[in-house]
Amino acid sequence: MGIASPLGLGVERVWKRLLNAESGITAIQSFDTKDLPAKVAGPVPAGTRSEGGLDLNEWIPIKDQKKMDRFIQLALVAASEAVEDSGWMPEDEDGRCATGVMIGSGIGGLDTIYETSETVRAGKVRRLSPFFIPSALINLASGHVSIKYGFKGPNHAVVTACATGVHAIGDASRLIALGDADVMVAGGAEATINEIGIGGFCAARALSTGFNETPAQASRPWDENRDGFVMGEGAGVLVLEEYEHAKKRGAKIYAEVIGYGMSGDAYHITAPPDNGDGAYRAMKAAMRSARLEPEQVQYVNAHGTSTFADDVELGAVERMFGDAARSVAMSSTKSAIGHLLGAAGAVEGIFSILSIRDQVAPPTLNLDKPSRASVIDRVAKEAQPRRIEVALSNSFGFGGTNASILFRGAP
Amino acid sequence: MERVTPMSDTAEKVKKIVVEHLGVEESKVTNEASFIDDLGADSLDTVELVMAFEEAFGVEIPDDAAEKITTVKDAIEYIEKQKAE
Repeated sequence: MGIASPLGLGVERVWKRLLNAESGITAIQSFDTKDLPAKVAGPVPAGTRSEGGLDLNEWIPIKDQKKMDRFIQLALVAASEAVEDSGWMPEDEDGRCATGVMIGSGIGGLDTIYETSETVRAGKVRRLSPFFIPSALINLASGHVSIKYGFKGPNHAVVTACATGVHAIGDASRLIALGDADVMVAGGAEATINEIGIGGFCAARALSTGFNETPAQASRPWDENRDGFVMGEGAGVLVLEEYEHAKKRGAKIYAEVIGYGMSGDAYHITAPPDNGDGAYRAMKAAMRSARLEPEQVQYVNAHGTSTFADDVELGAVERMFGDAARSVAMSSTKSAIGHLLGAAGAVEGIFSILSIRDQVAPPTLNLDKPSRASVIDRVAKEAQPRRIEVALSNSFGFGGTNASILFRGAP
Repeated sequence: MERVTPMSDTAEKVKKIVVEHLGVEESKVTNEASFIDDLGADSLDTVELVMAFEEAFGVEIPDDAAEKITTVKDAIEYIEKQKAE
Protein backbone atom coordinates (compact mmCIF):
# COMPACT_ATOMS: atom_id res chain seq x y z
CA MET A 1 0.00 0.00 0.00
CA GLY A 2 1.15 3.57 -0.62
CA ILE A 3 -0.03 7.02 0.43
CA ALA A 4 0.78 10.62 -0.44
CA SER A 5 -1.36 12.89 1.73
CA PRO A 6 -1.56 16.14 3.66
CA LEU A 7 -0.07 14.21 6.59
CA GLY A 8 2.94 13.39 4.44
CA LEU A 9 4.23 10.44 2.48
CA GLY A 10 4.35 6.82 3.54
CA VAL A 11 1.60 4.60 4.93
CA GLU A 12 3.09 4.03 8.37
CA ARG A 13 4.02 7.65 8.97
CA VAL A 14 0.62 8.97 7.86
CA TRP A 15 -1.22 6.36 9.93
CA LYS A 16 0.81 7.17 13.03
CA ARG A 17 0.14 10.89 12.66
CA LEU A 18 -3.55 10.19 12.10
CA LEU A 19 -3.77 8.13 15.29
CA ASN A 20 -1.98 10.98 17.11
CA ALA A 21 -4.86 13.25 16.04
CA GLU A 22 -2.58 15.49 13.98
CA SER A 23 -4.03 17.66 11.21
CA GLY A 24 -2.62 18.23 7.73
CA ILE A 25 -4.79 21.28 7.05
CA THR A 26 -3.00 24.61 6.61
CA ALA A 27 -3.50 28.09 5.18
CA ILE A 28 -3.18 28.04 1.39
CA GLN A 29 0.26 29.35 0.39
CA SER A 30 0.50 28.26 -3.22
CA PHE A 31 -1.59 31.13 -4.59
CA ASP A 32 -3.23 34.35 -3.46
CA THR A 33 -6.60 33.65 -1.82
CA LYS A 34 -7.62 37.25 -1.17
CA ASP A 35 -10.62 37.07 -3.51
CA LEU A 36 -11.72 33.63 -2.32
CA PRO A 37 -13.84 32.92 0.76
CA ALA A 38 -12.06 29.58 1.42
CA LYS A 39 -8.42 30.00 2.41
CA VAL A 40 -7.40 26.63 3.87
CA ALA A 41 -6.50 23.29 2.29
CA GLY A 42 -4.48 20.13 2.79
CA PRO A 43 -1.49 20.10 0.43
CA VAL A 44 1.04 17.27 0.36
CA PRO A 45 3.89 18.83 2.36
CA ALA A 46 7.20 19.50 0.64
CA GLY A 47 10.33 17.95 2.10
CA THR A 48 12.62 14.99 1.74
CA ARG A 49 11.45 11.40 1.57
CA SER A 50 13.20 10.58 4.83
CA GLU A 51 11.22 13.27 6.65
CA GLY A 52 7.97 12.20 4.99
CA GLY A 53 7.71 15.11 2.58
CA LEU A 54 7.56 15.29 -1.19
CA ASP A 55 10.62 16.16 -3.25
CA LEU A 56 9.66 15.11 -6.76
CA ASN A 57 13.29 14.77 -7.81
CA GLU A 58 13.57 11.77 -5.51
CA TRP A 59 10.76 10.01 -7.37
CA ILE A 60 10.53 11.10 -11.00
CA PRO A 61 13.33 12.08 -13.43
CA ILE A 62 13.29 15.85 -13.94
CA LYS A 63 12.73 15.58 -17.68
CA ASP A 64 9.62 13.46 -17.10
CA GLN A 65 8.07 15.70 -14.43
CA LYS A 66 6.89 18.25 -16.97
CA LYS A 67 5.11 15.55 -18.94
CA MET A 68 2.61 14.86 -16.18
CA ASP A 69 0.20 16.85 -14.07
CA ARG A 70 0.65 16.83 -10.31
CA PHE A 71 -2.12 14.25 -9.82
CA ILE A 72 -0.09 11.80 -11.93
CA GLN A 73 3.08 12.63 -10.00
CA LEU A 74 1.29 11.90 -6.72
CA ALA A 75 -0.11 8.66 -8.18
CA LEU A 76 3.41 7.57 -9.15
CA VAL A 77 4.72 8.33 -5.66
CA ALA A 78 1.97 6.31 -3.95
CA ALA A 79 2.19 3.51 -6.53
CA SER A 80 5.96 3.25 -6.03
CA GLU A 81 5.51 2.76 -2.31
CA ALA A 82 2.69 0.26 -2.86
CA VAL A 83 4.54 -1.83 -5.45
CA GLU A 84 7.73 -1.89 -3.38
CA ASP A 85 5.72 -2.84 -0.29
CA SER A 86 4.00 -5.69 -2.16
CA GLY A 87 7.27 -7.14 -3.40
CA TRP A 88 5.53 -7.99 -6.69
CA MET A 89 7.98 -7.42 -9.53
CA PRO A 90 7.07 -9.98 -12.20
CA GLU A 91 10.12 -11.15 -14.09
CA ASP A 92 8.38 -13.00 -16.90
CA GLU A 93 5.99 -11.89 -19.59
CA ASP A 94 3.10 -13.96 -18.23
CA GLY A 95 3.42 -12.26 -14.85
CA ARG A 96 3.55 -8.82 -16.41
CA CYS A 97 0.50 -9.53 -18.58
CA ALA A 98 -1.45 -10.73 -15.55
CA THR A 99 -0.77 -7.47 -13.68
CA GLY A 100 -3.02 -4.49 -14.37
CA VAL A 101 -3.44 -0.94 -13.16
CA MET A 102 -6.61 0.94 -12.26
CA ILE A 103 -5.85 4.33 -10.75
CA GLY A 104 -8.54 6.93 -11.16
CA SER A 105 -9.06 10.60 -10.43
CA GLY A 106 -12.09 12.73 -9.84
CA ILE A 107 -11.04 15.72 -11.91
CA GLY A 108 -7.63 14.99 -13.45
CA GLY A 109 -5.09 17.49 -14.69
CA LEU A 110 -6.77 20.69 -13.60
CA ASP A 111 -3.48 22.57 -13.00
CA THR A 112 -2.31 21.69 -16.48
CA ILE A 113 -5.58 22.63 -18.15
CA TYR A 114 -5.66 25.91 -16.25
CA GLU A 115 -2.09 26.87 -17.17
CA THR A 116 -2.53 25.82 -20.76
CA SER A 117 -5.66 27.90 -21.17
CA GLU A 118 -3.66 30.90 -19.94
CA THR A 119 -1.23 30.31 -22.82
CA VAL A 120 -4.12 30.23 -25.27
CA ARG A 121 -5.61 33.38 -23.77
CA ALA A 122 -2.27 35.12 -24.28
CA GLY A 123 -2.59 34.42 -28.01
CA LYS A 124 0.02 31.67 -28.05
CA VAL A 125 -2.05 28.70 -29.12
CA ARG A 126 0.83 27.53 -31.34
CA ARG A 127 3.09 27.34 -28.30
CA LEU A 128 1.19 24.66 -26.41
CA SER A 129 3.28 21.82 -25.08
CA PRO A 130 3.04 18.51 -26.91
CA PHE A 131 2.70 17.05 -23.42
CA PHE A 132 -0.43 19.05 -22.55
CA ILE A 133 -2.97 16.35 -23.44
CA PRO A 134 -1.11 13.33 -22.00
CA SER A 135 -0.39 15.38 -18.88
CA ALA A 136 -4.05 16.14 -18.24
CA LEU A 137 -5.72 12.83 -19.13
CA ILE A 138 -7.01 10.92 -16.12
CA ASN A 139 -6.00 7.45 -17.34
CA LEU A 140 -2.38 8.56 -17.73
CA ALA A 141 -1.87 7.88 -14.02
CA SER A 142 -2.49 4.22 -14.80
CA GLY A 143 -0.50 4.63 -18.01
CA HIS A 144 2.61 5.99 -16.29
CA VAL A 145 2.50 3.33 -13.56
CA SER A 146 2.22 0.57 -16.15
CA ILE A 147 5.11 2.02 -18.18
CA LYS A 148 7.32 2.38 -15.12
CA TYR A 149 6.82 -1.21 -13.97
CA GLY A 150 6.01 -2.98 -17.22
CA PHE A 151 2.56 -4.07 -16.03
CA LYS A 152 0.79 -5.17 -19.21
CA GLY A 153 -2.55 -6.38 -17.89
CA PRO A 154 -5.83 -4.42 -17.87
CA ASN A 155 -5.10 -0.69 -17.93
CA HIS A 156 -8.10 1.22 -16.74
CA ALA A 157 -9.15 4.36 -14.88
CA VAL A 158 -12.17 5.15 -12.78
CA VAL A 159 -13.78 8.61 -12.88
CA THR A 160 -16.61 8.92 -10.37
CA ALA A 161 -15.81 12.17 -8.58
CA CYS A 162 -15.34 11.59 -4.85
CA ALA A 163 -16.28 7.90 -5.08
CA THR A 164 -13.38 7.16 -7.47
CA GLY A 165 -11.06 5.54 -4.93
CA VAL A 166 -13.60 3.01 -3.65
CA HIS A 167 -14.80 2.22 -7.16
CA ALA A 168 -11.21 1.60 -8.25
CA ILE A 169 -10.53 -0.86 -5.42
CA GLY A 170 -13.89 -2.56 -5.90
CA ASP A 171 -13.77 -2.77 -9.69
CA ALA A 172 -10.14 -3.94 -9.65
CA SER A 173 -10.97 -6.68 -7.17
CA ARG A 174 -13.81 -7.79 -9.46
CA LEU A 175 -11.45 -7.91 -12.45
CA ILE A 176 -9.31 -10.29 -10.42
CA ALA A 177 -12.36 -12.32 -9.40
CA LEU A 178 -13.39 -12.54 -13.08
CA GLY A 179 -9.93 -13.75 -14.06
CA ASP A 180 -8.90 -10.71 -16.10
CA ALA A 181 -5.80 -10.28 -13.93
CA ASP A 182 -3.99 -11.90 -11.01
CA VAL A 183 -2.73 -8.62 -9.62
CA MET A 184 -4.18 -5.11 -9.87
CA VAL A 185 -2.53 -1.89 -8.75
CA ALA A 186 -5.57 0.17 -7.79
CA GLY A 187 -6.36 3.53 -6.25
CA GLY A 188 -7.00 7.20 -6.82
CA ALA A 189 -5.08 10.46 -7.12
CA GLU A 190 -6.07 14.12 -7.00
CA ALA A 191 -4.36 17.52 -7.08
CA THR A 192 -6.75 20.44 -7.44
CA ILE A 193 -5.59 22.94 -4.85
CA ASN A 194 -5.43 25.81 -7.30
CA GLU A 195 -7.54 28.85 -8.09
CA ILE A 196 -10.11 27.14 -10.27
CA GLY A 197 -10.31 24.07 -8.06
CA ILE A 198 -10.88 26.04 -4.87
CA GLY A 199 -12.89 28.72 -6.71
CA GLY A 200 -15.12 26.14 -8.37
CA PHE A 201 -16.03 24.37 -5.15
CA CYS A 202 -16.49 27.76 -3.46
CA ALA A 203 -18.99 28.66 -6.16
CA ALA A 204 -20.86 25.45 -5.37
CA ARG A 205 -20.87 26.57 -1.69
CA ALA A 206 -19.16 23.33 -0.75
CA LEU A 207 -16.04 24.53 1.10
CA SER A 208 -15.47 25.61 4.69
CA THR A 209 -14.98 29.36 4.98
CA GLY A 210 -15.39 30.03 8.70
CA PHE A 211 -12.09 28.65 10.00
CA ASN A 212 -9.56 30.48 7.85
CA GLU A 213 -7.67 31.64 10.93
CA THR A 214 -7.64 28.17 12.51
CA PRO A 215 -7.05 25.76 9.60
CA ALA A 216 -6.68 22.62 11.75
CA GLN A 217 -10.26 23.14 12.99
CA ALA A 218 -11.86 23.65 9.58
CA SER A 219 -12.71 20.02 8.82
CA ARG A 220 -15.18 18.93 11.52
CA PRO A 221 -17.48 16.13 10.37
CA TRP A 222 -20.82 15.89 12.25
CA ASP A 223 -19.92 18.85 14.46
CA GLU A 224 -22.64 21.47 14.86
CA ASN A 225 -20.29 24.22 13.67
CA ARG A 226 -19.16 22.50 10.47
CA ASP A 227 -19.53 24.68 7.39
CA GLY A 228 -18.17 22.79 4.41
CA PHE A 229 -15.37 20.47 3.36
CA VAL A 230 -11.67 21.27 3.18
CA MET A 231 -9.90 20.32 -0.01
CA GLY A 232 -6.93 18.01 0.31
CA GLU A 233 -4.68 16.48 -2.31
CA GLY A 234 -2.83 13.21 -2.56
CA ALA A 235 -2.99 9.63 -3.72
CA GLY A 236 -3.68 6.20 -2.30
CA VAL A 237 -2.67 3.01 -4.07
CA LEU A 238 -3.17 -0.65 -3.10
CA VAL A 239 -1.84 -3.79 -4.68
CA LEU A 240 -4.72 -6.26 -4.93
CA GLU A 241 -3.95 -9.86 -5.63
CA GLU A 242 -5.78 -13.11 -6.15
CA TYR A 243 -5.54 -14.98 -2.83
CA GLU A 244 -3.85 -18.18 -4.00
CA HIS A 245 -1.43 -16.14 -6.12
CA ALA A 246 -0.45 -14.06 -3.10
CA LYS A 247 -0.20 -17.08 -0.82
CA LYS A 248 1.95 -18.99 -3.28
CA ARG A 249 4.58 -16.28 -3.44
CA GLY A 250 4.48 -15.66 0.32
CA ALA A 251 3.23 -12.09 -0.04
CA LYS A 252 2.56 -9.85 2.92
CA ILE A 253 -1.25 -9.82 3.11
CA TYR A 254 -2.86 -6.92 4.96
CA ALA A 255 -6.49 -7.72 4.36
CA GLU A 256 -9.06 -9.26 2.11
CA VAL A 257 -11.67 -7.40 0.04
CA ILE A 258 -14.81 -9.28 1.01
CA GLY A 259 -17.63 -7.06 -0.22
CA TYR A 260 -18.36 -4.23 -2.63
CA GLY A 261 -21.55 -2.36 -3.38
CA MET A 262 -22.60 0.49 -5.66
CA SER A 263 -25.68 2.59 -6.22
CA GLY A 264 -26.96 5.76 -7.85
CA ASP A 265 -29.17 8.41 -6.25
CA ALA A 266 -30.99 9.50 -9.43
CA TYR A 267 -31.73 12.68 -7.52
CA HIS A 268 -29.46 15.76 -7.81
CA ILE A 269 -26.09 16.69 -9.32
CA THR A 270 -24.38 17.59 -6.04
CA ALA A 271 -26.67 16.72 -3.11
CA PRO A 272 -27.88 13.40 -1.71
CA PRO A 273 -31.56 12.88 -0.90
CA ASP A 274 -32.37 13.58 2.76
CA ASN A 275 -33.16 9.94 3.46
CA GLY A 276 -29.70 8.81 2.31
CA ASP A 277 -31.25 5.96 0.40
CA GLY A 278 -28.44 5.72 -2.16
CA ALA A 279 -25.81 5.43 0.57
CA TYR A 280 -27.94 2.81 2.32
CA ARG A 281 -28.34 0.76 -0.85
CA ALA A 282 -24.58 0.87 -1.59
CA MET A 283 -23.79 -0.41 1.91
CA LYS A 284 -26.54 -3.01 1.67
CA ALA A 285 -25.16 -4.27 -1.64
CA ALA A 286 -21.67 -4.53 -0.15
CA MET A 287 -23.03 -6.48 2.82
CA ARG A 288 -24.96 -8.77 0.51
CA SER A 289 -21.93 -9.51 -1.65
CA ALA A 290 -19.95 -10.34 1.52
CA ARG A 291 -22.86 -12.36 2.96
CA LEU A 292 -22.45 -10.51 6.25
CA GLU A 293 -24.89 -9.48 8.96
CA PRO A 294 -24.57 -5.96 10.43
CA GLU A 295 -23.24 -7.19 13.79
CA GLN A 296 -20.22 -8.64 11.98
CA VAL A 297 -18.92 -5.16 11.09
CA GLN A 298 -17.14 -3.19 13.84
CA TYR A 299 -15.77 -0.09 12.09
CA VAL A 300 -17.03 2.32 9.44
CA ASN A 301 -14.76 4.83 7.76
CA ALA A 302 -17.40 7.36 6.79
CA HIS A 303 -17.51 9.57 3.73
CA GLY A 304 -18.13 12.35 6.33
CA THR A 305 -16.97 15.45 4.46
CA SER A 306 -17.86 18.08 7.09
CA THR A 307 -20.96 19.25 5.21
CA PHE A 308 -24.72 19.01 5.84
CA ALA A 309 -24.61 15.58 4.17
CA ASP A 310 -22.78 14.07 7.17
CA ASP A 311 -26.09 13.60 8.96
CA VAL A 312 -27.62 12.06 5.85
CA GLU A 313 -24.90 9.41 5.87
CA LEU A 314 -25.32 8.98 9.62
CA GLY A 315 -29.00 8.23 9.10
CA ALA A 316 -28.20 5.72 6.36
CA VAL A 317 -25.62 3.95 8.54
CA GLU A 318 -28.08 3.78 11.45
CA ARG A 319 -30.68 2.27 9.14
CA MET A 320 -28.13 -0.19 7.76
CA PHE A 321 -26.95 -1.40 11.16
CA GLY A 322 -30.22 -1.31 13.07
CA ASP A 323 -29.70 -2.67 16.59
CA ALA A 324 -26.04 -3.36 15.82
CA ALA A 325 -25.41 0.39 15.48
CA ARG A 326 -24.65 0.54 19.21
CA SER A 327 -21.57 -1.59 18.84
CA VAL A 328 -20.10 0.01 15.74
CA ALA A 329 -17.49 2.78 15.66
CA MET A 330 -17.59 5.26 12.80
CA SER A 331 -15.08 8.01 12.16
CA SER A 332 -14.26 10.46 9.41
CA THR A 333 -10.54 10.72 8.75
CA LYS A 334 -11.28 13.69 6.48
CA SER A 335 -11.21 15.64 9.73
CA ALA A 336 -7.41 15.30 9.63
CA ILE A 337 -6.53 15.29 5.93
CA GLY A 338 -9.49 17.05 4.32
CA HIS A 339 -11.30 15.70 1.29
CA LEU A 340 -8.97 14.14 -1.26
CA LEU A 341 -11.80 13.86 -3.80
CA GLY A 342 -10.86 11.05 -6.22
CA ALA A 343 -8.09 9.86 -3.91
CA ALA A 344 -10.26 9.89 -0.76
CA GLY A 345 -11.70 6.40 -1.07
CA ALA A 346 -8.31 4.81 -1.72
CA VAL A 347 -6.56 6.54 1.19
CA GLU A 348 -9.51 5.84 3.48
CA GLY A 349 -9.58 2.22 2.31
CA ILE A 350 -5.97 1.94 3.49
CA PHE A 351 -6.93 3.50 6.84
CA SER A 352 -9.77 0.98 7.15
CA ILE A 353 -7.36 -1.89 6.53
CA LEU A 354 -4.92 -0.53 9.12
CA SER A 355 -7.75 -0.17 11.65
CA ILE A 356 -8.16 -3.95 11.39
CA ARG A 357 -4.42 -4.65 11.52
CA ASP A 358 -3.86 -2.49 14.60
CA GLN A 359 -7.28 -2.95 16.23
CA VAL A 360 -7.83 0.78 16.58
CA ALA A 361 -10.40 3.22 15.22
CA PRO A 362 -8.78 6.48 14.02
CA PRO A 363 -10.32 9.66 15.45
CA THR A 364 -12.74 12.25 14.12
CA LEU A 365 -10.98 15.52 14.91
CA ASN A 366 -12.87 18.65 15.95
CA LEU A 367 -16.05 16.80 16.85
CA ASP A 368 -16.87 19.03 19.81
CA LYS A 369 -20.63 18.71 19.72
CA PRO A 370 -22.47 16.62 17.16
CA SER A 371 -25.33 18.39 15.41
CA ARG A 372 -27.36 15.24 15.89
CA ALA A 373 -27.13 12.61 18.61
CA SER A 374 -26.63 8.98 17.65
CA VAL A 375 -26.00 5.63 19.30
CA ILE A 376 -23.06 5.26 16.92
CA ASP A 377 -19.72 6.10 18.51
CA ARG A 378 -18.05 8.61 16.19
CA VAL A 379 -14.63 8.37 17.84
CA ALA A 380 -14.45 12.04 18.75
CA LYS A 381 -10.97 13.55 18.94
CA GLU A 382 -9.01 10.51 20.11
CA ALA A 383 -8.25 7.16 18.53
CA GLN A 384 -9.96 4.22 20.25
CA PRO A 385 -8.54 0.74 20.66
CA ARG A 386 -11.34 -1.60 19.54
CA ARG A 387 -11.86 -5.12 18.39
CA ILE A 388 -12.21 -4.76 14.61
CA GLU A 389 -12.59 -7.81 12.37
CA VAL A 390 -14.39 -6.18 9.48
CA ALA A 391 -14.30 -2.55 8.33
CA LEU A 392 -16.61 -0.76 5.91
CA SER A 393 -15.53 2.29 3.93
CA ASN A 394 -17.97 4.65 2.20
CA SER A 395 -17.45 7.16 -0.61
CA PHE A 396 -20.10 9.19 -2.36
CA GLY A 397 -19.65 11.47 -5.35
CA PHE A 398 -21.25 14.32 -7.26
CA GLY A 399 -23.70 12.98 -9.75
CA GLY A 400 -25.25 10.81 -7.04
CA THR A 401 -22.76 7.95 -7.21
CA ASN A 402 -22.23 5.81 -4.09
CA ALA A 403 -19.74 3.06 -3.28
CA SER A 404 -19.06 0.95 -0.22
CA ILE A 405 -16.34 -1.58 0.34
CA LEU A 406 -15.74 -4.18 3.04
CA PHE A 407 -12.37 -5.43 4.27
CA ARG A 408 -11.54 -8.30 6.61
CA GLY A 409 -8.20 -9.03 8.23
CA ALA A 410 -5.70 -11.30 6.51
CA PRO A 411 -7.02 -14.87 6.47
CA MET B 1 33.39 30.88 -44.45
CA GLU B 2 32.53 28.15 -41.95
CA ARG B 3 29.27 29.12 -40.33
CA VAL B 4 29.26 26.70 -37.46
CA THR B 5 32.22 26.62 -35.16
CA PRO B 6 32.17 24.23 -32.21
CA MET B 7 32.23 27.04 -29.69
CA SER B 8 29.76 29.46 -31.31
CA ASP B 9 27.21 31.10 -29.00
CA THR B 10 24.40 29.39 -30.84
CA ALA B 11 25.96 25.97 -30.45
CA GLU B 12 26.47 26.50 -26.76
CA LYS B 13 22.91 27.68 -26.26
CA VAL B 14 21.43 24.84 -28.32
CA LYS B 15 23.37 22.27 -26.34
CA LYS B 16 22.26 23.80 -23.07
CA ILE B 17 18.62 23.57 -24.15
CA VAL B 18 19.08 19.95 -25.20
CA VAL B 19 20.68 19.07 -21.87
CA GLU B 20 17.85 20.73 -19.95
CA HIS B 21 14.97 19.31 -21.94
CA LEU B 22 16.18 15.77 -22.43
CA GLY B 23 17.90 15.44 -19.08
CA VAL B 24 21.08 14.06 -20.66
CA GLU B 25 24.71 14.61 -19.75
CA GLU B 26 26.44 17.47 -21.50
CA SER B 27 29.23 15.23 -22.79
CA LYS B 28 26.71 13.21 -24.80
CA VAL B 29 25.41 16.26 -26.63
CA THR B 30 27.91 16.22 -29.49
CA ASN B 31 27.28 17.87 -32.85
CA GLU B 32 26.57 14.52 -34.44
CA ALA B 33 24.23 13.27 -31.70
CA SER B 34 20.75 12.37 -32.93
CA PHE B 35 17.96 13.45 -30.59
CA ILE B 36 16.07 10.20 -30.99
CA ASP B 37 18.81 7.63 -31.62
CA ASP B 38 21.47 8.92 -29.24
CA LEU B 39 19.79 11.15 -26.68
CA GLY B 40 16.68 9.13 -25.83
CA ALA B 41 14.10 11.59 -27.12
CA ASP B 42 10.74 10.51 -28.49
CA SER B 43 8.72 12.33 -31.14
CA LEU B 44 6.94 14.50 -28.54
CA ASP B 45 10.27 15.47 -26.98
CA THR B 46 11.53 16.67 -30.37
CA VAL B 47 8.41 18.79 -30.88
CA GLU B 48 9.00 20.43 -27.53
CA LEU B 49 12.68 20.85 -28.24
CA VAL B 50 11.98 22.72 -31.48
CA MET B 51 9.54 24.97 -29.61
CA ALA B 52 12.23 25.68 -27.05
CA PHE B 53 14.65 26.64 -29.85
CA GLU B 54 12.04 28.96 -31.35
CA GLU B 55 11.48 30.64 -28.02
CA ALA B 56 15.17 30.96 -27.12
CA PHE B 57 16.36 32.28 -30.48
CA GLY B 58 13.28 34.21 -31.56
CA VAL B 59 13.05 32.28 -34.82
CA GLU B 60 10.24 30.39 -36.48
CA ILE B 61 10.81 26.82 -37.45
CA PRO B 62 8.00 25.56 -39.69
CA ASP B 63 6.92 21.94 -39.38
CA ASP B 64 8.57 20.80 -42.61
CA ALA B 65 11.89 22.27 -41.50
CA ALA B 66 11.48 20.88 -37.98
CA GLU B 67 11.13 17.37 -39.39
CA LYS B 68 14.61 17.63 -40.88
CA ILE B 69 16.23 18.72 -37.63
CA THR B 70 17.25 15.37 -36.21
CA THR B 71 20.71 16.08 -34.80
CA VAL B 72 22.30 18.77 -32.66
CA LYS B 73 24.22 19.96 -35.70
CA ASP B 74 21.02 20.24 -37.77
CA ALA B 75 19.55 22.52 -35.13
CA ILE B 76 22.64 24.73 -34.84
CA GLU B 77 22.95 25.12 -38.60
CA TYR B 78 19.28 25.90 -39.12
CA ILE B 79 19.24 28.53 -36.39
CA GLU B 80 22.49 30.16 -37.53
CA LYS B 81 21.13 30.34 -41.05
CA GLN B 82 17.87 31.91 -39.87
CA LYS B 83 19.73 34.47 -37.80
CA ALA B 84 22.00 35.37 -40.69
CA GLU B 85 19.05 36.13 -42.96
